[in-house]
Amino acid sequence: PPSSLPSPTVAPDRVTVHFINRDGETLTTTAKEGESLLEVVVNQNLSIDGFGACEGTLACSTCHLIFEENVFQKLDAITDEEMDMLDLAYGLTDTSRLGCQVCVKKAMDGLTVQVPMEVADLRKGLEVGKQSK
Amino acid sequence: MIFSCWWLGYPFLSMVCTHVPEGNIHPSVSSISKLLSTAALAPQICIVGSGPAGFYTAQHLLKHHQLAQVDIYEKLPVPFGLVRFGVAPDHPEVKNVINTFTQTARSDRCSFYGNVTIGKDVMVEELEQAYHAVVLSYGAEDNRILGIPGENLSGVYSARAFVGWYNGLPENRDLKPDLSSETAVVLGQGNVALDVARILLSPLDTLRKTDITEGSLAAIACSRVKRVWLVGRRGPLQVAFTIKELREMINLPGTRPLLDSADFTGLGDAIKDVPRPRKRLTELMVKSALETPGEREAGRWASATKEWGLKFRRSPLEVLPAADGKQARGVRLAVTRLEGSGESARAVPTREMEELECGLVLSSIGYQSLPLDPSVPFDPKLGIIPNSLGRVQGVPGLYCSGWVKRGPTGVIITTMSDSFDTAQSVLEDLQSGVLNLSDTKEGFKSLRSVLHSRVTPGVHPVTFSDWEKIDAAEVARGKLAGKPREKIVDLQEMLQLIGH
Ligand SMILES: Cc1cc2nc3c(=O)[nH]c(=O)nc-3n(C[C@H](O)[C@H](O)[C@H](O)COP(=O)(O)OP(=O)(O)OC[C@H]3O[C@@H](n4cnc5c(N)ncnc54)[C@H](O)[C@@H]3O)c2cc1C
Ligand SMILES: NC(=O)c1ccc[n+]([C@@H]2O[C@H](COP(=O)([O-])OP(=O)(O)OC[C@H]3O[C@@H](n4cnc5c(N)ncnc54)[C@H](OP(=O)(O)O)[C@@H]3O)[C@@H](O)[C@H]2O)c1
Ligand code: FES
Repeated sequence: PPSSLPSPTVAPDRVTVHFINRDGETLTTTAKEGESLLEVVVNQNLSIDGFGACEGTLACSTCHLIFEENVFQKLDAITDEEMDMLDLAYGLTDTSRLGCQVCVKKAMDGLTVQVPMEVADLRKGLEVGKQSK
Repeated sequence: MIFSCWWLGYPFLSMVCTHVPEGNIHPSVSSISKLLSTAALAPQICIVGSGPAGFYTAQHLLKHHQLAQVDIYEKLPVPFGLVRFGVAPDHPEVKNVINTFTQTARSDRCSFYGNVTIGKDVMVEELEQAYHAVVLSYGAEDNRILGIPGENLSGVYSARAFVGWYNGLPENRDLKPDLSSETAVVLGQGNVALDVARILLSPLDTLRKTDITEGSLAAIACSRVKRVWLVGRRGPLQVAFTIKELREMINLPGTRPLLDSADFTGLGDAIKDVPRPRKRLTELMVKSALETPGEREAGRWASATKEWGLKFRRSPLEVLPAADGKQARGVRLAVTRLEGSGESARAVPTREMEELECGLVLSSIGYQSLPLDPSVPFDPKLGIIPNSLGRVQGVPGLYCSGWVKRGPTGVIITTMSDSFDTAQSVLEDLQSGVLNLSDTKEGFKSLRSVLHSRVTPGVHPVTFSDWEKIDAAEVARGKLAGKPREKIVDLQEMLQLIGH
């Protein structure tokens, strides 16, 4: 399950990544160098609804993530194929990428990415059943 | 790669965590069974249709409500709607979403009942009696028609039927499209139009490795179609297809694009300020039409034996009959001019006309939803169930998602997002008490007898594990032919296979 605590002690070959989920909650996790951000979400069981529908095959754009400008500049070049799929993503920005195409690097430690808001209707996630806590 | 159940958010665990006193990290068996005995307060929700809308609505409800029981009813014995019967066979990546849907269906709190047609075997009012909430996600089962003379000549098909045919939709198995002429015209410039054009022109060796049906592969192997025109009533700035699909077409082995440079000259200014997707799409067309191709591309185009092209500002007036009065020999088109600009420009026919010779016409001007049963409001003009945020207007407890909610456009991510919205509306209504959980609803249990009395004698609902048997049989048959699956196209054969 995701932890939303600030980065704990991190093994040397691991990189800390923060995902800001649609409801504003920050999901913090650690990733192995070389993993794609989609693999990070899947391997760490991060609860991001509908993320990665096509399982990383550049056919759905559900893995859309928004980067911070300075990090975005340093990412590997984007291919036409990724741009094509990104063009169908919701809430496209100038610093958008597809999470299945971006691999984690050591230099990205502390990276924060934003899961874009759904355009149609953004209401705060209701967790019925969990609320009786 | 099959993903684990990560998005389901450990329904059982969170259910336990919710109700055990804090600090009790090892819930005892008794606390779990006590919990289960409160099942009376579990909302019983049913979903009509098992396409992306049905499954994404179910996924969201199951994940965000730890007690909800969700039953999915499907008219066909097999699930997944257009992911199985619409998405092109040469796009297997898109179908990976089936893995996610399968995880949802395997949840303890989700049941699949295939082979049950709502509106015929069971009425919506009966569902409303049995469930706290009913979500209609039955998609768009028909297609728009042009309403022009000659539309019923032989050689004219709806793209929907043609797609159903190559994808093994039982109702279209006997379509037998006439592929004996060299030129085909596709009316419409959406992604479905590109799908059918690509299937008509793809190298056989590509198709052979897909899950296209055996019967359609054999027919396409004998096809004489060499040229496909995609005809749009508006201009290049208004095409409805998307860039990935266009690029795929431009790169299709063995084919060359036929683009009239006059259509694309001077478009640069018009796209300066349009959003990026439209801009990049237009730039790709302009580049292919106006720039000298690179060496490799030029070589490919020169040796191509097949071709496809875009025709703009042509609105269909008539399908022309051959001398026998039965067969199509071409289409008559009105040359149009555009009123207004950008996405909202309108095509207005001029007096000028043009004929295009062809023996095959595929009408690809959009799908269409149908009303389900008299108790459900339907807007015939918009072709949708009138709703706000998925709540069906005037009928508390009734919801809708997917194409029947929004109209027949949008890709899977669009359908996903609107289905999450609808599920959210259901969750809100559960929380606010609009949906009254103290009314005991028995869900499928109370429908069983209705089904027995209604459904064609001897036919029973198909469960998800039944489907998994059909699935395994299809995959096994496919293996023998070197393809991912060989779809069973006969309903009786499907049912026999699972002993119904
Ligand atoms: C030809 C084609 C190709 C496409 N390719 C792609 C693609 O490559 N990528 C992409 O992202 N999107 C694609 N799309 C779009 C995508 O398929 C849709 O966004 C999506 O399927 C809509 O989902 P839905 O659940 O509303 O409808 P559907 O998928 O149509 O599901 C509706 C379900 O309801 C069932 N049903 C109907 N009537 C009843 C009844 N009375 N009782 C019970 N069940 C009933 C149907 O049998 C069906 O299973 C394509 C669409 C088409 C038409
Ligand atoms: N690979 C994929 O991702 C994929 C594949 C298939 C389908 N899909 C999606 O599924 C949805 C449905 O696709 P679609 O192609 O059926 O619909 P669509 O995208 O709405 O395209 C319909 C086309 O038909 C034209 N048209 C409509 N009425 C007409 C008329 N009376 N005369 C002449 N032309 C007419 C439209 O032109 P106007 O614009 O002038 O109305 C448009 O070009 C789309 O959202 C599509 O993206 C996606
Ligand atoms: S997971 Fe589908 S495009 Fe990245």
